[in-house]
Amino acid sequence: MSPDQSLADLSDTFFTVSVALYSVALVAFCAQLAFGRRPVRERELVGAGPAGSATDSHPDVEPPAANRWGAIGIGLTILGALTHAAVMITRGMAVDRLPWGNMYEFGTAVVLVAVVAYAVLAVRAPALRHMGAFVLGPVVLAMVGIGLFLYAPAAPLVAALRSYWLAIHVTSAILGFGIFFVSGIASLLYLLRVRHDARAVEGETSILSRLPSAAGLDRVAHRTAIFGFPIWTFAVIAGAIWAESAWGRFWGWDPKETWSFVAWVVYAAYLHARTTAGWRGRPAAWVNVVGLAVMVFNLLFVNLVSTGLHSYGGV
Amino acid sequence: MTVLDRPAVSAPGPSAPRRGAGLLLQWWRRLTAMRTAIILLFLLALAAVPGSLLPQRSLSQNNVTQYFADNPTLAPILDRLYLFDVFSSPWFAAVYLLLFVSLIGCVLPRALEHARALRAAPPRAPRHLLRLPDSGELRSTLPPAEALDVVEEELRVRRFRVVRRSADTAGASGGEVSAEKGYLKETGNLLFHLSLVALLLGLAGGKLWGYEGSILVTEGQGFCNSFQQYDTYSAGPLVDSGDLSPVCVDLEDFRAEYEEDLTASSFTADIRYGGPGEEGRATTIGVNDPLRIDGDRIYVTGHGFSPTFAVTLPDGREYTDLSVPFLPSDQTTLASQGALKLPDVGTGSDDQLALEGFFAPTGVVQGGILTSIDPRPLDPQVAIVLYEGYLGLDSGIPQSVYSLDATQIDRGSLERVGAANLEVGESVELPDGTSVAFTGFREFAALQFSHDPGQLWVLGSAVSLLVGLLGMLLVRRERVFARVGAPSGDGGTVLTVASLMRGSGESAPRFAALSDELGTVLAARADSARSRTSASEVPPRES
Ligand code: HEM
Repeated sequence: MSPDQSLADLSDTFFTVSVALYSVALVAFCAQLAFGRRPVRERELVGAGPAGSATDSHPDVEPPAANRWGAIGIGLTILGALTHAAVMITRGMAVDRLPWGNMYEFGTAVVLVAVVAYAVLAVRAPALRHMGAFVLGPVVLAMVGIGLFLYAPAAPLVAALRSYWLAIHVTSAILGFGIFFVSGIASLLYLLRVRHDARAVEGETSILSRLPSAAGLDRVAHRTAIFGFPIWTFAVIAGAIWAESAWGRFWGWDPKETWSFVAWVVYAAYLHARTTAGWRGRPAAWVNVVGLAVMVFNLLFVNLVSTGLHSYGGV
Repeated sequence: MTVLDRPAVSAPGPSAPRRGAGLLLQWWRRLTAMRTAIILLFLLALAAVPGSLLPQRSLSQNNVTQYFADNPTLAPILDRLYLFDVFSSPWFAAVYLLLFVSLIGCVLPRALEHARALRAAPPRAPRHLLRLPDSGELRSTLPPAEALDVVEEELRVRRFRVVRRSADTAGASGGEVSAEKGYLKETGNLLFHLSLVALLLGLAGGKLWGYEGSILVTEGQGFCNSFQQYDTYSAGPLVDSGDLSPVCVDLEDFRAEYEEDLTASSFTADIRYGGPGEEGRATTIGVNDPLRIDGDRIYVTGHGFSPTFAVTLPDGREYTDLSVPFLPSDQTTLASQGALKLPDVGTGSDDQLALEGFFAPTGVVQGGILTSIDPRPLDPQVAIVLYEGYLGLDSGIPQSVYSLDATQIDRGSLERVGAANLEVGESVELPDGTSVAFTGFREFAALQFSHDPGQLWVLGSAVSLLVGLLGMLLVRRERVFARVGAPSGDGGTVLTVASLMRGSGESAPRFAALSDELGTVLAARADSARSRTSASEVPPRES
């Protein structure tokens, strides 16, 4: 069963279209930041006070032009996510299997999950549109990098990957990764925002002052991490179950397994840090950022450089 | 630090054992603090890192040997630090054991407390309810007791556990209500953490009582489960080698199938298994599809080819069907390498015969070099180098079965006597008149026999871990308090209501919704009470 080339080509076209849409969305989000007025200074302290009000206060002080750009940005993001989903669907139809059998497909799917997770958040809480530029920026970078360096033509799977566990294990890994992606960016922005707030001179404007409030960013980071953690836990367990039938042992400290474990432990540390005095706020946010770094390292370094059983993912 | 913190000497100090116990307690507290847990989690993550950056013996002994060859000065130092056996090293064990001691010390007291809380009534309302971040006042025209009835009822409908007490606070005129729900959050937390302990125990059990053996089996041959038969095996310290499950396996047929682009699409092996001497049962195993027989598993982990040769000596003696597995050096084309050693062909120990070579399932010769272009055996060819002399097999130093001992060649005890590229049926004649023919090939499968008694236990722990995690992260723990305040002048009731919530950032809107709903119900009840009273009391009032 050889891949259907015309569908595969269509998939590649959708990929280009998605990158283009995301790029335009990025421009729109930048315009939103540029036209936005500096929001009224938050009176709340970081991490304290009733949650929910901090982020929702923004739209009121926003000039209509900025609002419009924000709406355009989110609209384009959703459109991009649709064509992005079409990339996966046509690829899957071309090869007649789930479209996550190699790094190109895996990476593309992770970015899609991140975009969808962000879009859901930003539709529900319009204040989060202010971080759009900071999400779409990495998204465009990641897509271009994936397209340039990881691209793999549509091809059938090697024998070891032909199992329904591919659907279970890899799907949950993609979901977890995509959600952690948004979480890590929120924590990164939180750190920038906190630093900015500490240094800000009254009346000075900067792009960072238009970000959602520190408390809001911290909350987004935590909530997404809480959502992602059980999914990632499940992905690791499912991977172990698959490894038991594919490789003859459920855990063998293969590099990919090792780094997935490291990431899991780091996220557990993050969740602990969030509830431990002395670790709340910036230290916890750093832990979350380290978690994302580990996830990215796990994808790039382990697949491209080290050799392990997971290496047949293909580049 | 602990020592410096000691109180001044002037006070009569505790006796030495008491002080020792105090110090111990202090360290215990420190170990079981959440802060320590975070640090230990970090250490655990950090400790795992070298295990993925340096070659590990548990994964590939060859890579470690290669590393030693490439870094002759550094490698022994790293080795002394267990950096090639990270996951079985004492320092890795130290980190996770400390973490688990900390975990148990942290979780057990919590479990006891939770067990008590499950049976106890929700705690008394804090004295100053309005100081809680989510709090407010509700006014009602109902008398205090009835208003509190309404609150209690509404909370019960929302599946709170509710207790009503008479208030002892100064200025309070009536009772108070404490309500709590979401006990499952704490149950989930405990289940999660205790499952981690169970998981570790399962892993340890598997390591102690588990074993694993690998063997290359050519079609038509078989093996029985015993350590002597395996090419390589590893066993836990508590495995009794006389006590392995009595299972024998015969490989009847092996099939590899490929896509058009030569991606392997499936490997399957028809095997027959059963006790020694039994007829055995037939089954088929393959990639992702091992054979499981109570506690034991049998896998196909790879495959390859065993070329067969025939040797005719100058005196006419003939050896046919000499076959030996060649190991694939390239998984996509199955180009393979190996060696055939014939210590008994000659008359003495210095005219032994051997060949080392390269097998191509589909061979192409370019410029005298044989390469393979297809993993399927469409045009099998070998490139062999023949040696005569002393193989060194009885020298006491173990040799690889897949290559000749290079020191014997360097030393000149093994002499190169010929080389050839052969297709099936072709032969090469050596200077002394010996003829070596390439007669064909057989397929072999790499089989693995695994026994891990901890495996199901680990799976169970992982599942309960996940269940606990979901409970811990999804359930909200909420406490709601209501108290009747000082009577207001107009005969109505002022209720102070407050809530405490763990595990969600959305406490403010949720509290607002709750107090809105309570207010609505109170108002509705007050209305119906008024209409009831007006029905019976209107005449006297109006008069
Ligand atoms: C193998 C190591 C451990 C892992 C993977 C782990 C994981 C977790 C996770 C994922 C949470 C959820 C946090 C949340 O509700 O947001 C949690 C909560 C908690 N863990 Fe651990 N933990 C470990 C060890 C420990 C240790 C050693 C302690 C005690 C010193 C501890 C005490 C707690 C406590 C008290 C909570 C509840 C926090 C809260 O609800 O506010 N854990 N743990």
